[in-house]
Amino acid sequence: MSEVPSTAAACECDLECVFERPDAMNDKPMHYCPGCTHGIIHRLVGEMIDEFGLIERTVGVCPVGCSVFAFEYFNCDFIEASHGRAAAVATAVKRCDPKRFVFTYQGDGDLAAIGLAETVHAAARGERICVFFVNNGIYGMTGGQMAPTSLIGQKTTTSPDGRSLDISGPPIGVCEMLASLPSVAFLARVPISSPKNINVARKYMRLAVRAQLENKGYSLVEFLGTCPVQWGMSPINAMKYVDDTVTGVFPPHVFIDRVSPAKNVPTPVEAAT
Amino acid sequence: MSTAAITSPTRGATARSEPPTVGRKRLVKGNEALALGAVAGGADCFFGYPITPQNEIPEILSGLMPKLGRVFLQAESEVASINMVYGAAAAGHRAVTSSSSPGISLMLEGLSYIAGARLPCVIINVQRGGPGLGNIAPSQGDYFQACKGGGHGDYHSIVLAPWNVQESFEFTKTAFDLADRYRMPVFILSDAVLGSMLEPAVVPDEFPPVERPDKDSWAACGRGRRLHKNVVNSLFLRPEDLAAHNDTLQATYAAARREIRFDSRFLEDAETVIVAFGVAARVAYTAVTMLRREGVKVGLLRPVTLYPFPTEPLVAASSTAKRFLVFELNAGQMVEDVRLAVNGRRPVSFYGRMGGIVPPPEELADHIVAMATGEDGGAS
Repeated sequence: MSEVPSTAAACECDLECVFERPDAMNDKPMHYCPGCTHGIIHRLVGEMIDEFGLIERTVGVCPVGCSVFAFEYFNCDFIEASHGRAAAVATAVKRCDPKRFVFTYQGDGDLAAIGLAETVHAAARGERICVFFVNNGIYGMTGGQMAPTSLIGQKTTTSPDGRSLDISGPPIGVCEMLASLPSVAFLARVPISSPKNINVARKYMRLAVRAQLENKGYSLVEFLGTCPVQWGMSPINAMKYVDDTVTGVFPPHVFIDRVSPAKNVPTPVEAAT
Repeated sequence: MSTAAITSPTRGATARSEPPTVGRKRLVKGNEALALGAVAGGADCFFGYPITPQNEIPEILSGLMPKLGRVFLQAESEVASINMVYGAAAAGHRAVTSSSSPGISLMLEGLSYIAGARLPCVIINVQRGGPGLGNIAPSQGDYFQACKGGGHGDYHSIVLAPWNVQESFEFTKTAFDLADRYRMPVFILSDAVLGSMLEPAVVPDEFPPVERPDKDSWAACGRGRRLHKNVVNSLFLRPEDLAAHNDTLQATYAAARREIRFDSRFLEDAETVIVAFGVAARVAYTAVTMLRREGVKVGLLRPVTLYPFPTEPLVAASSTAKRFLVFELNAGQMVEDVRLAVNGRRPVSFYGRMGGIVPPPEELADHIVAMATGEDGGAS
């Protein structure tokens, strides 16, 4: 257990505070590399916990990978899962007490390679969990190896001549794959490459959280993130690469939305319960 | 020779004895007893994946658990099952899974995480023949796997080995208290015979809620009004921190030696002591009673907790007995722990069958007589 700092330190000046750290987060310095998008996405998760008033009933599940220490930065309860198994861990936490708000935070090696079975089956069962999936197309923490989401031609430490279609096949589109499952209530992909896109991400995350709170089913938001260090790019060029190249292979898109009022059709999960 | 007589409660220096089960005596299948034991022990949730010869456990629980307002979920694999157990235990719930040997192998990574995060849970292994796909016949080939950790790192689980249907129920029920008391996993080591056999046993018809310790000081169950957050984790990057964590685990295992249980029969004047657990001990007990009728001074020592291992009674027996014979349905696994306990004071030999063969008591009795005769010219 670790102490939770009360709330964000109050400003000691007369100026109006217009931007501050979410209450769901603490002020520990993050360990992420310069230009990494994990910090932004962490903040968005913190904002959601605040916005929906969920801190007291939230259990987060973090992965193995760069965000293995995600629990350090939040003030809610957390469980560290083994590599790839966050969806199974979250399934049990939610099933044992449906009043909880349960989310997983996973990278592409964790979710789309070793944890693909757990991911697909949690979605197929319509587990009422939110999956925040950060896809940067590489194994960052272990030193830049090829991921199931690495692009064709992408040079990594285990594809030194670039990912080959013949050897490794094309990258896996997680959203495209999960979109066929009826119990998925919300499914979308968004690049974290500009303030505009970050606002889009916020909108998607609200719908993903509502999918769980309104008992509509499984939700997943895929963030196209950066890894400037392992990509060998400057942070700015990495953001550009996401917009110019990665989105061509992983198109940003709302794949499934059974949450928004305009689409007021009962989900299979709702229809069954 | 009938084995039905062996339904008396465990004798010997048991560290703790439970009140007798209240219920009705009826014919109960071993796997059913394991399932009912989990329910009586207060399991909040069961996660599992089909594998023979333990399928009655999830089949029974799939009906019973939802009726009691508890969770049953058939997972997509044993890997998912054990990680669901990890999640439920991390959130403070009493969690159980069941499987058979190959499935338990798949669970060992998750089990190491459970041990590393100091989580209580119960794992039932209805053992079958191995290695590999092996077969679905009885075996005790998973002794090492259960007792020596199994997964990566320095850890242990408490291992309870029933030898009849009644104990299958009682040990599983008790396992949840043991798991919570030491915050560590507890194995029930059954096998294809014990799981599939029907015999009279007392099991309850009703399953009232059971008391359990408050886990709000460590469980990641949602903060509620708690002022600190709980993080369930087994990651300690600084070597000093991981060393200290391992010291805590080892101290827990040392403390769990209070729970050592064993059963002994005819040890007082026994020149030959048979050491066996689980279903092998039943065969051995029948062989011992046959030989006693013929005046052979032979006794039985049955470890009930396989971990922590009952070293002391073996040390005591080695001052009175002339020799030990370890009988197991494997190539010789527990025999290593017996040799460590006896420590060269007396000869320890081994007799085992593999492949799912359970020898008749006559075969074992013949072996005991031949061994005793060959060794000391028929003095016994």
